[in-house]
Amino acid sequence: MSHVRLVNVSKRFGQVTAVDSLDLEIEKGECFSMLGPSGCGKTTTLRMVAGFEDLNEGEIHVGGRLISSPARNFYLPPEKRNFGMVFQAFAVWPHMTVRENVAFPLRIRRLPAAEIERRTIDALRSTNLLEAAGSSPVDLSGGGKQRVALARALAINPDVMLLDEPLSSLDPHLREEMRFEIKDLQRKYGFSIMYVTHDQAEAMALSDRILVMKLGVAQQVDTPLNVYNQPANKFVFSFIGLSNFLNLSWVEGKPRLIGQKDPLPPELAPPEAMRREESFALASRPSEIDFADSGRGQLTGVVGRKSFLGEIIDYQIEVGGQNLRVQKSRRTPGPEVGETCGLNLIRPFWYAGKD
Amino acid sequence: MDIIRIEGVAKAYGRLQVHRDLTLSIRKGECFTLLGPSGCGKTVLLRLIAGFESLDAGRIYIDDTLVSDPRAGINLSPDSRNLGVVFQDYAVWPHMTVFGNVAYPLKLAGVTPSELNSRVGETIALVGLGGLEKRLPSELSGGQQQRVALARALVAKPSLMLLDEPLTNLDANLREEMRFEIKELQRKLGITVLYVTPDQEIALAISDRMAVMDGQGRIRQTGGPWDIFERPADPFVFNFMGIANFVPVRRQGGDFLVGGGGQRLPWNHPPGGDAPDWVAGFRPSDVVLARGGEGLRGVVRRASFLGAMMDYLIDIDGASLRTSLETHAALADRLMFAEGESCVVGFRNLIWFDARRLGEVAKR
Amino acid sequence: MKRIAGKRGIGAAPIILFLSIAILVVVVAVPVLLIIFNAFWVNGEFNVGDIAKILGEPDTYQALINSLIIASGTTVGSTVVGTFFAWLVTRTDLPHKRLMKGMFLVPFMLPSFIGALAWKMLLSPRAGFINRFFMLHFGFDGPLFNIYSYAGIVMVEIMYLFPFVFIQVCGALERMDPTLEESARISGAGLFTITRKITIPLVAPSILSGALLIMLYSMAHFGTVAMLGIENGIFNIPTLIYQRIHQSAGSFASIRTGTVLATILVVTAAFIIWLQGKILGGGRYQIIAGKSFRPMELKLRGLRFPLLILCVAYIGFTIVLPTAVIFLVGGLKTYGLAFTWENLSLDNYKFVLFDYQLTKDAIWNSVTLGLGAAVITMFAGVMISYVTVKMKVRGKGILEFLGMLPFSVPGSVIALGVILAWSGKYGVNLYNTVWIILVAYIARYMAFSLKANSAALEQVHDSLVEAARACGASMWQALRDIVLPLVRPGMLAAFFLIFLPSLRELTVSIMLYAPTTRTIGVAIYTLNEDGETVMSAAMAGIALILIITGQTLINRFTEKTGG
Repeated sequence: MSHVRLVNVSKRFGQVTAVDSLDLEIEKGECFSMLGPSGCGKTTTLRMVAGFEDLNEGEIHVGGRLISSPARNFYLPPEKRNFGMVFQAFAVWPHMTVRENVAFPLRIRRLPAAEIERRTIDALRSTNLLEAAGSSPVDLSGGGKQRVALARALAINPDVMLLDEPLSSLDPHLREEMRFEIKDLQRKYGFSIMYVTHDQAEAMALSDRILVMKLGVAQQVDTPLNVYNQPANKFVFSFIGLSNFLNLSWVEGKPRLIGQKDPLPPELAPPEAMRREESFALASRPSEIDFADSGRGQLTGVVGRKSFLGEIIDYQIEVGGQNLRVQKSRRTPGPEVGETCGLNLIRPFWYAGKD
Repeated sequence: MDIIRIEGVAKAYGRLQVHRDLTLSIRKGECFTLLGPSGCGKTVLLRLIAGFESLDAGRIYIDDTLVSDPRAGINLSPDSRNLGVVFQDYAVWPHMTVFGNVAYPLKLAGVTPSELNSRVGETIALVGLGGLEKRLPSELSGGQQQRVALARALVAKPSLMLLDEPLTNLDANLREEMRFEIKELQRKLGITVLYVTPDQEIALAISDRMAVMDGQGRIRQTGGPWDIFERPADPFVFNFMGIANFVPVRRQGGDFLVGGGGQRLPWNHPPGGDAPDWVAGFRPSDVVLARGGEGLRGVVRRASFLGAMMDYLIDIDGASLRTSLETHAALADRLMFAEGESCVVGFRNLIWFDARRLGEVAKR
Repeated sequence: MKRIAGKRGIGAAPIILFLSIAILVVVVAVPVLLIIFNAFWVNGEFNVGDIAKILGEPDTYQALINSLIIASGTTVGSTVVGTFFAWLVTRTDLPHKRLMKGMFLVPFMLPSFIGALAWKMLLSPRAGFINRFFMLHFGFDGPLFNIYSYAGIVMVEIMYLFPFVFIQVCGALERMDPTLEESARISGAGLFTITRKITIPLVAPSILSGALLIMLYSMAHFGTVAMLGIENGIFNIPTLIYQRIHQSAGSFASIRTGTVLATILVVTAAFIIWLQGKILGGGRYQIIAGKSFRPMELKLRGLRFPLLILCVAYIGFTIVLPTAVIFLVGGLKTYGLAFTWENLSLDNYKFVLFDYQLTKDAIWNSVTLGLGAAVITMFAGVMISYVTVKMKVRGKGILEFLGMLPFSVPGSVIALGVILAWSGKYGVNLYNTVWIILVAYIARYMAFSLKANSAALEQVHDSLVEAARACGASMWQALRDIVLPLVRPGMLAAFFLIFLPSLRELTVSIMLYAPTTRTIGVAIYTLNEDGETVMSAAMAGIALILIITGQTLINRFTEKTGG
């Protein structure tokens, strides 16, 4: 049975539709990410679940219980929802010690002193904060502050943890480390996670399932691997990782790069659905293009730029007046600037419309 | 020929000794990068060259002119060093238009109005800002403002440009685009560029040569990008240039055993020397992962799917290492491991470090 | 560490530094030192016993205690009022919040001694309009409220000083990261718990710093106590200094009492400034961050309109009513007549503006003094700020210390110090001329200029100047082409920050005026003292019009420049 359920939820700010008839079901214990560019409605969705925003339409249920419904003018206030939440800007209270921060939600619930003590210590231990318990969160690093926020959210042992870009304010090195810590905490405590981020690698690494959003509309909900392997549309393809698009059109019944005489080789045959399109694009990922051994591949191009970036070498290759980016491991032999090379697309995707 | 010669330079702020006895030369026409962690003194060095700071000891020559020598009382002021400087925060003058900003160095130089107009126009076009001459900086994006700063530094045709983390404040896409543009400009105009950055990827991408500095302001290695990456002088450099694995190896008789277990390293032994403890350094991409066959037995502790890459943390008898492989290859070769599965590990290349020197690897 | 003197620049830095130190020494340090010197040295000998004796005199002791009582009452009252209204307009769903916020800032413009004058007309025990109304129509035996009392003085001071707290707390609440409160909410706390446990503690430093500002101001405040206290024998430190020196025409004994009291003011002020710096400087309360959403609003529900009415009533009572009384009384033929059409005319205003030499002089004096002080202080301020903010030269420490002085020297102290320094004892006698007032104004308003100019200079990042140097500009060229154009808004702000308050200045001018060098403030005060109530009110009305027009012009200007 789904744990958090959004039914046909819409939210408008004046003329702007921030979230458009969204249906979601999140399982108990699942780590669910909402991914999209800024302004796509992911944070608004999270804030509606938290109870900080009301809805224009739809209903939200948690654990079978209705918590938000504009039709019945019923909103369970945020403080009654029993969620844990972590914000991008840490939001730890500077006038309390680390321990007081973590104990705050327990004190509010008027638990017995011994219980407060036990749970606070437990949450502090889980986040490696025991030593910092007596200090002010102001003296901690960004990562330390975010651990305090996590511990505070954990203390009440919530069923659902709402995370609003919790790692965006940290430096990249720490971001990766904290990502694993969050995952470990979830394993230990078993809460469900709703995770908002604009960083696709973060969403991929952390989630059981991902929702990709654009302008308030859900584009795809699936496992990370499926979102990567079978993107639902061009937007999802371009949002997940690096992408190349070569613009094509039909000339005399054959697919050609725009402005080019030679048609694409038969190995690169567009699917039937593209027949109806005036223009369409051949999409590929920079890591999924190989240099043809013989120099004769599906496509032929000239190397315009070659950059050694350490682990990978980044090529910009001109193919029929359009640029294609190719990234290969530094151990893979490749052509030099100005040389002509053959290219094979390992997994071509086809999308309608011009890039 | 060297355009900058730095000889035995020392600089301290109060009790903080930033540089001591630093020597470095930069050749005419090259793109040279000073790479190092924040606080390593690379920006201070650039400011010493520009003349914004004064030396405590040593000498700096630009174009064979002695510009700083505290012992001789020489300290040429920044305005007479004939440099172009670009700052991290753009430092575009907000009360002047794009044209006004770019024209200022020429006005100071007393260039005739007609020449001024044509040179400013050319330079603005060169950095791709044609048509925006009348805009104020507040009406430009961050990337455009940095282009104004570039144009302003270029307009007086200096032989040397100093760039202090010019791309740090830009977003990732723009950063990537601009680094190629800077490299293009440098090639086209044939000027010398001294570029300061903490980002090893930018350094690798644009440099002809580079110097890697450690947290104490010492230069650990100078060389071309490929040399620095593939033939690091020490563990610090190796660690600084990207994700680095360090696996401890101990000598037992004639064998080399990995981690705390008894698996022998069957090939690629350390070069001579009889140190008992060694560390094998390698990049995640230098690991050859398999389900079976020849190699070291390990267990996948963590599997992270990152989109284009699969990232694994593998444990071999207590030694952990990270590897990554392209997702499409992992799918094709049945190398999508789940956590807890066992695997077999081989290496394409190992770089050997004396275990006693590993302590130098400061956390980045 | 940011700058070195280039070959052509050598000499520039020391010159600027020397000039800056000289200005501050002459204008501020010497007067203050003379006060302290005169307080402790009698006949060339260090003498502390004498100080104890002076403080032991009943009058001085009482004045000291009164200053403390009034300042404490005002501080507590203003803090409560200011914090409450700030919370109301930022964290609740009070209707017309923006308008209300603007209205609560109006008292900043009203000089408190004009307010006091109005309240005297409204609530003096026998003649006050309100008291008379109650006695006539409701059969009260005595006055409803006697404004000539501690309570009266404190009440009036609260009315016109609370914006110091209000504006600080509003700012803190608006800039505060809303997720700090939201995370408490999701932790299970209700809105009232959050206000008590999170919001108030987080803005406590702002509240405290505003409160200290009021304390500082009220301790050394002359106008209100002079208007309302003297009648009933209530003196505080500044009014006692004034009275002693005024009555004895500057006798040695009165100066001595004055210097002792002034020293106490200086020490207290320095302590308050230090405390404020400590509270704000800790930086432990970094509460600004994050992507911002609207902060949560407390739903007032049934209290929405009652609280709105409270706000409107407060504004009507403290702003509209006194202003109206001033203008009405200014229109009366004789004080005491009823406000009927026959009794009201514009004659007094015409007389004050065009025919009455005393007020004509006062307006001319105030305007020229204001302009002079504003221009001089603006330029001096930008130079001094440049040294303290941007330059790295030896001896800067002295300047930084001197630069703090203007902030902690109250007006009445400056006036006394200026008398000591410029009365001919040291070769220059400016006493009884406008020049002595000008010198005092420069000292008094230097703090404003330093604040505005350093703020503007801090916006000019060092790299802007360095970029110019790298482009081939000498230090002077960089100053001329880059720094000056960029701090121009700060200099203009400084100009207005000095010009407007100087139009209504009283504390300093009252100690320094001569028959022909009255300022607007002095004219209003002395006319009122002399029983010329309607003229005094007419003059006050004109002052209000001048101030409001000026303020409106500034607001226009700052809106346009986006500052």
